[in-house]
Amino acid sequence: MTPSPGRPTEAMPQFEMHATGVEGATEGTERMEVSMGPHHPSTHGVFRMDVELEGETITKLKPVFGYLHRNHEKIAESTSYLGSMPYTDRLDYFNSMTNNWAYALSVEKLAGIEVPERAEYIRVITAELTRLQNHVSLIGFLVQDMGALGTPLMYAFRERERILDLFESLSGARMMCNYMRFGGCRCDVSADWIKQAQSVVEAFPQFLDEFEALISENEVLMARSQHVGILKPELAIDAGVAGPVLRATGVNYDLRKVDGYGIYDRFQFRVPLGDHGDVYDRYMIRVLEMRESVKILQQALAEIPNGDYVNPKAKLRGFRPPPGEAYGRIEAPKGELGFYLISDGSPKPYRYRVRPPSLINLTILEDMCLGQTIADAVIILGSIDIVLGEVDR
Amino acid sequence: MWFEELLIAIKHYLVLQMPGSLQPVGSAFLSCLPIMTSFGGLFALATLLERKMLGRIQNRYGPNRVGPGGLLQPVADGIKMLTKEDIVPKNADHLIHFLAPLGLLVSAMLGLSVIPFGHRLIALDIETGILFFFAVGAASELAIFMAGWGSRNKYALLGALRAIAQMISYEIPLILSALSVLMVVGSLSLSDVVQAQSGGIHTWHIFTPWGFLGCILFLISTLAEINRSPFDIPEAESELIAGHMTEYSGFKYALFFMAEGVAMFAMCALTATLFLGGYHAPFPILSFIPGPVWLFGKLTSLVLLFIWIRGTMPRLRADQLMEFAWKFMLPMSVVNLIAAGIWVALDGGVAAWISSGLLNFVAYFGWSRILSQASRFSPRTYRYAEEAGVSE
Repeated sequence: MTPSPGRPTEAMPQFEMHATGVEGATEGTERMEVSMGPHHPSTHGVFRMDVELEGETITKLKPVFGYLHRNHEKIAESTSYLGSMPYTDRLDYFNSMTNNWAYALSVEKLAGIEVPERAEYIRVITAELTRLQNHVSLIGFLVQDMGALGTPLMYAFRERERILDLFESLSGARMMCNYMRFGGCRCDVSADWIKQAQSVVEAFPQFLDEFEALISENEVLMARSQHVGILKPELAIDAGVAGPVLRATGVNYDLRKVDGYGIYDRFQFRVPLGDHGDVYDRYMIRVLEMRESVKILQQALAEIPNGDYVNPKAKLRGFRPPPGEAYGRIEAPKGELGFYLISDGSPKPYRYRVRPPSLINLTILEDMCLGQTIADAVIILGSIDIVLGEVDR
Repeated sequence: MWFEELLIAIKHYLVLQMPGSLQPVGSAFLSCLPIMTSFGGLFALATLLERKMLGRIQNRYGPNRVGPGGLLQPVADGIKMLTKEDIVPKNADHLIHFLAPLGLLVSAMLGLSVIPFGHRLIALDIETGILFFFAVGAASELAIFMAGWGSRNKYALLGALRAIAQMISYEIPLILSALSVLMVVGSLSLSDVVQAQSGGIHTWHIFTPWGFLGCILFLISTLAEINRSPFDIPEAESELIAGHMTEYSGFKYALFFMAEGVAMFAMCALTATLFLGGYHAPFPILSFIPGPVWLFGKLTSLVLLFIWIRGTMPRLRADQLMEFAWKFMLPMSVVNLIAAGIWVALDGGVAAWISSGLLNFVAYFGWSRILSQASRFSPRTYRYAEEAGVSE
């Protein structure tokens, strides 16, 4: 097959098959370069993988991103502190609650704002609900990438929908919640809402049992995902990987335990760890984490005290934190999400920087994919759990 | 049998109305017409059925907007497909690109010509019917490769390469498991195969040790032959967009789709013919119901089984699929062939039942045990971090 001449060349580099001479290629054979994406069914957004294939085995993989870059950090530096709050929803648009919380946390650190008890509980509840709906849709997408046509995904989305309904009745929006404020939350939760949330949480383990019975020990799923895309703990630590991807390699690092931010030290929950660091571990760790999240939610929903939902002394308008810097981080569903802020005493942050877990977890993609087949690359990417809104910002 | 006789009488009447020189052609045309129309219609209904069933499996409604309960959805799809622009890539090999969907559909349709739909209701009653079926079925591999090669698209090429490897590998267990039936019946003609199962449900081949295993092997190979989930790796959507069909649009794409559907019906009809008594009723008392009804009933239940599998199973990887074919399907179909040989040698009866049943049973469980012990895949248990040992 000769290189095709008629492809557009300016916007997109031309992908040609290399003639012999590529190192390691067998005499008379050619390696094939395939550009997976940016329009590909399983790149989870506008993301591209330039893959070099020997047969179906990957010999080189270059992740290409930036298609969704929209100047998030610079825009945040030219608007007020509060003005960026709804914009953080759009980072990882699956998990707006945790994005809000991480940003609020760093501003609270910067300005030294106290958060009332009730607000802390609300934050834990919404964050854990966010984790549930993120993980549940992730495992649905992952199994979909393995070729289980829609069924597990639809089951997962049925559960996610219940949680999104809760968010909607709480904040008015299903995904772009814009719910947290510096020193608390935007509005209070009602007793009704807590009851609703309790019923959702109580029903959740049944769904997990059903889902696991459906697919977790399926022969095909195990054959597809075990010993695939192995990540060594040393590399994971070196690369700064965090979240379920890191814990699947066996490294015990969960910010909810390590930092104990918010009021996580009050709740009983365990941190599941994997031993192999492969795709199956990443899948199972998320399932187990959901079971732990349910435990946290049960405790938090039962114990939530009365009181202020936002610190009445916290100023929203004309908010000027004192000069200084702060880094607030939380265990977002995808990993460590941090916001680094420098204040020069003006109403706008001097520097605003996001540590996006999706991007940093994505850096090890090639290491995991080398030597695997093209079909594995798809599920390895799926198991990292990226959202392009956060990778590109 | 009245229904079959009626159809044949109508055909003879129509043929006799034609001028003498046209009669052979007219006769062939009249034999083809019902097959092409009924399977075309069945395909339309099957797409709707598949989408509806998948919808129910997936906790949603499926198409329900066009016509009562979505019944007219296939018509809407057809109109949409026909009016879509037909795009041929600039660098594609136009002739091959054009011929591929036709070749696929023709080879699928030809297979139906040797299937007996009822007593004497067979378009092409040749002595080597099953040989013909597999021979034209093999042409579909060529058509798929033409599609992959002619499109000049890397995904299409990868898909076509996968398809060739997969279909050739699974053709062997497919034919070997069909061979067991032919050995016992002693004829390559599908009419004879059906006739051997005419005595009611207990004479069906699936209710013998070799027929049971053979039927399962045949069905699995069929899934691979027609590229259906969980063996749909040639067109694996999440990996290869649409495999060899990536560069097809409009009516050519519809032809591909239709060819796949017809190939599925043909394989299901062959399964029913070989193992499930073909057009015969399960109990002789029910034989007043026409043969084609029984055959289509059996065919549809097999299609439903395929849809069910599609709604539940993830997809294997290409190399694992090959491994399954060569390490499990092939040995098992050879063992099954031996079991069928024992059956023939002992001429049926209790001794044949016990010996061939035992052989298959031991071979299946023994071999799967050996394979599963060698397998690296197993359910896992997970540990939890201790409270104190928080490390950074």
